[in-house]
Amino acid sequence: MAHFIDRRLNGRNKSAVNRQRFIRRYQQQLKKAVSDAVLKRSIQDIDKGESVSIPTRDISEPLFHQGKGGHRDQVHPGNDQFITGDRVDRPSGGGAGGSGQGDASNQGEGADDFVFQISKEEYLDLLFDGLELPNLEKNKLNKISEMKTFRAGYTADGVPANINIVRSLRQSLARRMALQVGKKKTVAELEQELAELGKHPAENYARIQDIEEEIVELKRRIAAVPFIDTFDLRFNNFVQRPIPSTQAVMFCLMDVSGSMDQATKDMAKRFYLLLYLFLTRTYKNVEVVFIRHHTQAKEVDEQEFFYSQETGGTIVSSALQLMKEVMEARYPADQWNIYAAQASDGDNWADDSPLCKQLLQNDIMSFVRYYAYIEITNRAHQTLWHEYESIARQFPNFAMEHIRAVEDIYPVFRELFKKQAA
Amino acid sequence: MSKTTTSEAMTTIRPLSDGPDWSFELLEDYHKEIARIAESYGLSTYPNQIEIITGEQMMDAYSSIGMPIGYHHWSYGKKFIQTEQHYKRGQMGLAYEIVINSNPCIAYLMEENTMPMQALVIAHACYGHNSFFKNNYLFTTWTDAESIIDYLLFSKHYITECEEKYGVAEVESILDSCHALMNYGVDRYKRPQKLSLAEERRRQKAREAYLQTQVNELWKTLPRMDDAKQEKKRRYPEEPEENILYFIEKHAPLLEPWQREIVRIVRKISQYFYPQKQTQVMNEGWATFWHYTITQHMYDEGLVTDRFIMEVLHNHTNVIYQPPYNSKYYSGINPYALGFAMFQDLRRICEHPTDEDRAWFPDIAGSDWVKTLHFAMENFKDESFISQFLSPKVMRDFHLFAVADDDTRNYLEISAIHDEQGYRQLRQTLSNQYNLSNLEPNIQVYNVEVKGDRSLTLRHVPHNRIPLADSHHQVLKHVHRLWGFNVVLEQEEPDGNASIIGRCPERPATE
Repeated sequence: MAHFIDRRLNGRNKSAVNRQRFIRRYQQQLKKAVSDAVLKRSIQDIDKGESVSIPTRDISEPLFHQGKGGHRDQVHPGNDQFITGDRVDRPSGGGAGGSGQGDASNQGEGADDFVFQISKEEYLDLLFDGLELPNLEKNKLNKISEMKTFRAGYTADGVPANINIVRSLRQSLARRMALQVGKKKTVAELEQELAELGKHPAENYARIQDIEEEIVELKRRIAAVPFIDTFDLRFNNFVQRPIPSTQAVMFCLMDVSGSMDQATKDMAKRFYLLLYLFLTRTYKNVEVVFIRHHTQAKEVDEQEFFYSQETGGTIVSSALQLMKEVMEARYPADQWNIYAAQASDGDNWADDSPLCKQLLQNDIMSFVRYYAYIEITNRAHQTLWHEYESIARQFPNFAMEHIRAVEDIYPVFRELFKKQAA
Repeated sequence: MSKTTTSEAMTTIRPLSDGPDWSFELLEDYHKEIARIAESYGLSTYPNQIEIITGEQMMDAYSSIGMPIGYHHWSYGKKFIQTEQHYKRGQMGLAYEIVINSNPCIAYLMEENTMPMQALVIAHACYGHNSFFKNNYLFTTWTDAESIIDYLLFSKHYITECEEKYGVAEVESILDSCHALMNYGVDRYKRPQKLSLAEERRRQKAREAYLQTQVNELWKTLPRMDDAKQEKKRRYPEEPEENILYFIEKHAPLLEPWQREIVRIVRKISQYFYPQKQTQVMNEGWATFWHYTITQHMYDEGLVTDRFIMEVLHNHTNVIYQPPYNSKYYSGINPYALGFAMFQDLRRICEHPTDEDRAWFPDIAGSDWVKTLHFAMENFKDESFISQFLSPKVMRDFHLFAVADDDTRNYLEISAIHDEQGYRQLRQTLSNQYNLSNLEPNIQVYNVEVKGDRSLTLRHVPHNRIPLADSHHQVLKHVHRLWGFNVVLEQEEPDGNASIIGRCPERPATE
């Protein structure tokens, strides 16, 4: 007796829950592994999965088991040289004298790290865990931009295209019943009476005449009830409901003057990438505008933005001016969530910095959700930093951080976007 | 079963199939033949439920320690990830099959297997293991194949419910603690359910224990002074209790009812798997013996082709390979190899006994081999099976030798080898090696300070002076979580006195 069952079509990922439990339990260790890893990986594959490792001792499940020492007798196969009474040196590191699995972890053999692969989603979850986009909730409701159509029950009037047939016929059935049932009942009663009277037709001739007429009249009225009437009709109802905008644009502003070398640009690029990944987790549709500048600003594509080298002085306001123009032309603030990240080494033509401040104050800060400025330099801050500091005091959605080396990027990123205490 | 007859048989009977591909129709055909042959050898089994699964599903089954339905716990996730990693790196192959001790007996076949492998697995799992589960005394006494699936389902639902009510973290911490004590959730010596006077008494005792917790007799806060003096020497429990989880379930003062139920679930599942730990050699040996015997029988009948039997034998020899002690692949004695060799040898002793066999096994030499093998399978566990049936021939074939490792000496001594003087000692040593009570530290509930601070004392009695591994500090934390009050672990020294080797929480140094 046996039956065969094909289980291959059963759902995959039966142990997905257990896996999640595991990852949740070791979130602290994994987070550390992920933040260590984010700096090591190349920029191109920053959003792939990651193999992470946890020290085995952290995840071991303790059990009572025997330790080393005492007296043990063990039987082994494959005797090729021994006779009873032989004495041999105790092999180092367990071996023949060990008691099997229990000892392994004591002797350091089992102490390797527990390495495994996490998926892209799990990776990003860990990477951005505990971060949030600032000012999101405050602005969400008053910047309603898009409408979406939702079903909202049924109405008694509408356009023919929206007629709901089932509902309409249900109405018609109810109406027909209501209008016909009394009359049908009367007809049935009259017919019964007619049958009674019919036994003596001669005596009741007049009454029979009346009844027959009445029946004909009633039947006419029953037939006159229309199968469907205009007030039976029901229409699917749709309403327009506002939804918060789910599209975002991210402005990347970068100084490409001679003083920015490739290493500095790489650091900036990592920062932009983190921001981009982070935005894509919140918004369905994220557009990126690359603006680079030296003395003049120019909107470019990604390749040119990161890899072409220019020389010359630095006028930051040119980039801000261009950003303002692009914003006005293509990204009205009521339809787009605007984020901006600016990276610079802090060099600016001294007279230009007040102009930057003015541009930000008047034309930019009130439209953007968040403006992050990072200064990548080892030197002392210059005028631009000081001007921006005053803006940061004025606008809560302006943030600035100082990055010295690659290791700072992720911590700075976390600092900028960490969850605000409620 | 000599192979000279095969060529004649082949001409009259058409083989079932040739080639690696399998189909459900072919599986049915093979199964029919295997069932017929198994029956002719007197194998009695539960009905089979054979499920075809994918590699990923096999890894699932692996990581949930063979439970077809398991509650959720992070450790299973960890095992799954480990299995997956090893498998992907090619460090291990997946088992060809997993079989579950239930009625009907559920066996998993992997879709990647070839037809000969599927046939081998059906013979191995659905007739070998299955008949073992149904007939071995440990399984019939301790496990209830009828209800295990229902119980696993119940436990999964119960734990999920608890998670909804009390939170995942809360449930997880209880499970963690129970898992740490899982090996101490079994009754080793006590026999279960004799529905008789004994059972009646046990139930009555259980009721009593229940009432006792109700009136809180155990935890009365006001000690009666005169009694206290008298009862100073009396311990609670009066006899040490080996089933720590059972003791916790019944007596831990602070556990909520649902927590007790979880302790019980872990304990029950542990008990369910306990016979499998005790019969590894026998169980695998028995299943291997039958897949070998049945496929040979099929070949002799001409049901299968040369190609088929070559593939089966190739796998069979891999399974029963025993690397010698000095090989880099050596990791202890291969239970498949030892078990298979012993059952094969038993059959030989019955069919072609030598003088040596007549001297060693007077009552079975020359007897009916099918009956003798069934007797051996039904009435023993690894430890007793080896001490009863390990023959000098098997010891010679395996070149077994015993090593005494004493930490008071700086050398190892070869205490016995496969020669006339050594056979008995070898057999005894090997048998002890499969005695679980020698392998797991002997730790029992020794005392509860009923009148004092409610602290729980566990006592470790070392076997052959073998100490506890350091992990016991971690385990004590888990015991403490379940017990709720101080936990003390003491160790019985050779002179009979006890010394405290661990506490949770650690006592401040000033005391």
